[in-house]
Amino acid sequence: MSKPQRFSNFRMLLNQPALLLTILFIFAILIIFIILPLINVFRLGFTGPDGGFSAETFIRMVSDPGYQKTFWNTMKLGGLVACISTFVGYIFAFAITRTEMPGKRFFRGIATLPIISPPFVLSLSIIFLFGRMGLITNKLLNIDSFDVYGLGSLVAVQSVSFFPVAFLTLTGILESIDDSVEDAAYNIGASRWHIFRTVTLPLSLPGIGSAMLLVFIQSLEDFSNPAVIAGNYSTLSVEAYRVITGMYDMQGGTILAIVLLLPTLTAFAVQRYWISRKSFVTVTGKPTQKRRKLHEKHIVWPLFGACSLVSAVVILLYGTVLAGAFVKTWGVNNTFTLEHFKYVFSMGWDPVKNSIILAAVSAPISGLLGMAIAYLIVRQKFFGKKIMEFSSILTFAIPGTVLGIGYIFTFNHEPLLLTGTAVILVAAFTFRNMPVGIEAGTTTLLQIDRSIEEASTISGAGAGTTFRRVTLPLLRQAFFSGLVYSFVKAMTAVSAIIFLISPKWNLSTARIFALFESSQYSGAAAYIVIMIVIILAAIALINLLVNLLFKPKYLKRATTK
Amino acid sequence: MSKDIVEDLRQRSSGVKMVNLAKVFPSHEGLGDTVAVNHINLEIKTGEMMTLLGPSGCGKTTTLRMISGFETPSGGEIFIGDRSVTNVPPNKRDISMVFQSYALFPHLTIYENICYGLRVQKLPKDQLQERTKKVIELMELKGMENRFPNQLSGGQQQRVALARAVIIEPKVLLFDEPLSNLDAKLREHMRDELRALQKRLGITSLYVTHDQSEAMAISDKVVIMKDGNIMQVGSPQEIYEFPANRFVANFIGKANFIPCVYRGMDGDYAVVALADTVYKVPKPGVMSGIEAGSECALSVRPESVRLVRADQGSITGEVTRAVYYGSKVEYEIKIGTGPIIVEVYNPQLSERFYEGDRVSIALDDACVRILK
Repeated sequence: MSKPQRFSNFRMLLNQPALLLTILFIFAILIIFIILPLINVFRLGFTGPDGGFSAETFIRMVSDPGYQKTFWNTMKLGGLVACISTFVGYIFAFAITRTEMPGKRFFRGIATLPIISPPFVLSLSIIFLFGRMGLITNKLLNIDSFDVYGLGSLVAVQSVSFFPVAFLTLTGILESIDDSVEDAAYNIGASRWHIFRTVTLPLSLPGIGSAMLLVFIQSLEDFSNPAVIAGNYSTLSVEAYRVITGMYDMQGGTILAIVLLLPTLTAFAVQRYWISRKSFVTVTGKPTQKRRKLHEKHIVWPLFGACSLVSAVVILLYGTVLAGAFVKTWGVNNTFTLEHFKYVFSMGWDPVKNSIILAAVSAPISGLLGMAIAYLIVRQKFFGKKIMEFSSILTFAIPGTVLGIGYIFTFNHEPLLLTGTAVILVAAFTFRNMPVGIEAGTTTLLQIDRSIEEASTISGAGAGTTFRRVTLPLLRQAFFSGLVYSFVKAMTAVSAIIFLISPKWNLSTARIFALFESSQYSGAAAYIVIMIVIILAAIALINLLVNLLFKPKYLKRATTK
Repeated sequence: MSKDIVEDLRQRSSGVKMVNLAKVFPSHEGLGDTVAVNHINLEIKTGEMMTLLGPSGCGKTTTLRMISGFETPSGGEIFIGDRSVTNVPPNKRDISMVFQSYALFPHLTIYENICYGLRVQKLPKDQLQERTKKVIELMELKGMENRFPNQLSGGQQQRVALARAVIIEPKVLLFDEPLSNLDAKLREHMRDELRALQKRLGITSLYVTHDQSEAMAISDKVVIMKDGNIMQVGSPQEIYEFPANRFVANFIGKANFIPCVYRGMDGDYAVVALADTVYKVPKPGVMSGIEAGSECALSVRPESVRLVRADQGSITGEVTRAVYYGSKVEYEIKIGTGPIIVEVYNPQLSERFYEGDRVSIALDDACVRILK
């Protein structure tokens, strides 16, 4: 932008003090809660005993064959899970968006369940089923030497956990491929399989790339599953934690976190700035005629079979945990009992309460902030907009472990003394969970004619009033997604909070982790079941509140007309 | 009944002045900047309806958006009344705008849409209700207050958009191609309605369109723009009858250009030589930049050319095309200097010619202009 132009944009901004202050405020908190902790992680990793720069620890960690193995372990796991999850996600997405397969709603539900479920649930289930006292290994097959811990279980658990991410990404892509392209191929005599191979699949390649990278990032960032089920198969996120908490080597752990950060950031940058631009999909905005989707029996039924199989696995895994919560000691004493629930509701209620409070506080902040940032990025002109956009969604690619280390190091002294308080946890939740809301908000805003907001402005409303009275109501759906995501992720976060919790502010996920470490699996199961119930209830409640708050009467009327 | 709102609007209305206004859009791939508006000077008088007309990319919308404040100028100043608003944000400029897409708030009722500007001003409830009621009456929107925008027809939505714009009693009203979303019949109807209302309210208006008949029908003044520059400013009649240059002559209606040489003035007459014939043109037009002895062109509208039998006129040629349109016949006549388009209206009353016929053309001196 030319200089006089910038200057005049700035002068215009000076005349809107509220807007200017908002922009400055958001910059300030992004710097304090995202950039600064990130810089501090690097400072912590590369500062010698004399306070100057030193790469000594870095060299020590990187040249250690054990940690090298950990690195390659992590990459291998990420790669495998990315492939499997994307494959499963593609089958689901394809079957649901492009065929007349029966039971779509059900399969969609199954594919969303792992996203909203608490951590540890799948690992716990695998232990219940295949562990030393496992239902399948021990009871059905009578093996007692089967080792459930390791790469195999980890791949299975993460694939189930993260295939929904691939599913959602691919659904978006597949839905936006214009049917008429396929019709055109069909009309000139190509077989369905040929069309898929030469048209549909190539068109969805960017989506597949995105899905794989996003799953890869999730796998790398994952702490809860490898922490309890990896056995001797070490991964970076867990190793960083163990080095810090077990060996009291803050700097060594930080270096491992930095090593973890590099591939996630790279994958994120590639996904965002390269693959997503390669997309061939054009959204015309004109709904094409609803056409009958693929309905040939030889296509639909194999897909139905595959989806059913995956769903059966998911149901089995969740069902096992549900059952596990109601028995005395899984595999040893399988009598029905409510004692685990009684324990949670009496002695163990505080962490659950804390989790709810902090999630309930951080979700609206995160949701509103996300919408505000999306609004500023899409609709306003100001210097440093790209920087705001990048730094605000950066946390998506920052593993929780890294953010946690950054936070304890940044906020443990004046004037930013926050360690041990609830504020540090709320901040971690808010900023870590914001990117999804921002993305949803940005996408929605780009589809809303900007003259609707200009109409508000020209009627005399400032940026704040316009945002509150026009933009936010129109962003209702994105706001809802942002709220739900933030709430759920706050309830289920492990890696980011493991360093930040304090005796006063312990959280349910940390409590579950502790129960795991002491092998109290049924107690963990009870916590998990309660959390699932809370999360489902919260989603329903948020939905209700958002609808009440921004009465979408126009939607209802339009449909009932 | 809604007399006082009309009176208020009339009183608040004020003029607009653009001084050296410029807008440069920086390029994204280093291809060089685009000059959208090139240092234009323009004044809209109080109560006047001015139209910016031009092909797409001529800078008309950018000019409008700079006045609205949605684009910041790269240079120059904008005054509304005596106040410079160049650095004033859109919401504090005391102006209003009707958008191409109407931009009604989909989540608000018609009533809430219309009184939106008053809600923003936090007007006391009784005043708000009273004024909204008056505007609803003025726009003939009674009975629709509780509907939502998607339940209204295009014409009704248009009226709501206008109601929302006038309720805040702006000093200036801007129109960004407000009729382009309507079908042809309704567009003409709304166009007349809009003009009648604007006259009644006496509100200073700037209207952007690429439709020349729309511009002719509603404007006090038309501004023809091209490539960020103003080509001509004038009343519809001035623009049509005395175009300043070939671009304007061709953009508004059609024009034939017959090359000739300008000899000089003879009293009020301009003398030109066309091949061997010397013409005296009584109303040659603006004649900017034409010196004696220089090449220029006679500009004449197709309907101002008369077609006669080959022996009865001064310039003779051959009919190369004849198209019957019902209300007129359009001929293309090949003469020595190139093709001439002739439109003969009311074909039932005049002689018909066909392809291959030899004909003569006769120019009405009073309808001929001289352009560079």
